[in-house]
Amino acid sequence: MTDMRTPLGKVRGLGSAKDGTQHFWRQRVTAVANVFLITFFVFLVISLQGSDYQTFVETMQNPLVSVLMLLVILVGCYHMKLGMQVIIEDYVHTEGLKLLALMGNIFFSSFIALASAVAVLKISFGG
Amino acid sequence: MANADFKANRPLSPHLQVYRLILTMLMSILHRITGAGLYFGTILMAFWLICAASGPEAYEFANGVFGSWIGRLILFGFTWALVHHMLGGLRHFVWDMGRGFQLEAANWMAKATIIGSVSLTILLWIIGYVVR
Repeated sequence: MTDMRTPLGKVRGLGSAKDGTQHFWRQRVTAVANVFLITFFVFLVISLQGSDYQTFVETMQNPLVSVLMLLVILVGCYHMKLGMQVIIEDYVHTEGLKLLALMGNIFFSSFIALASAVAVLKISFGG
Repeated sequence: MANADFKANRPLSPHLQVYRLILTMLMSILHRITGAGLYFGTILMAFWLICAASGPEAYEFANGVFGSWIGRLILFGFTWALVHHMLGGLRHFVWDMGRGFQLEAANWMAKATIIGSVSLTILLWIIGYVVR
């Protein structure tokens, strides 16, 4: 069978969706980061449970804790945006509803990410 | 194809209903369900952080919510979903390296995922109660 793909298309290697392995790769990069970040998050929550407000604020104002918490939020939300996108693409086949769901996914993930990040920044800059 | 008429009476390829439930399949399904659960679970994280950023009263309110029996139950489920999804992810890394596709290996990893996630969740909660 004759290969109908153009030489340029082959070199670019992006396929019909035009983004090649980008989704897969970003999913894996955020997944690797999350192994470390979520481990940190779980132990942070365990160490902060039931602590008074003063202790909580002092912990969160530690620059390393602030940075790691921001990474937990941003990397975590990006990873979940990618994952939910796949779930929607797998199960929602009606074109209009699929578009709405894909958009809603981006809106929800972005809102959660920024709302949480602003909260962390507000606490770490002393509120 | 993207705009195909899905309401038309077409023959369907067999799906979940025709297969006997096996462990590797269950772990795959659980990986997706825990992922979706964690997605909505981030509302809890945002709620906690926003309350904390709003001042001492709101922070105490959030502590009260999470400290209640229903709050703890939800957080216990959240912990399990988090650990299970992480172990499932590690399994995917093994597959990404081109290993673990043999029947025994895949089954062993599936067992390790569920046993590991339940044990680690209980262990984390024991640690949580001990350091309190």
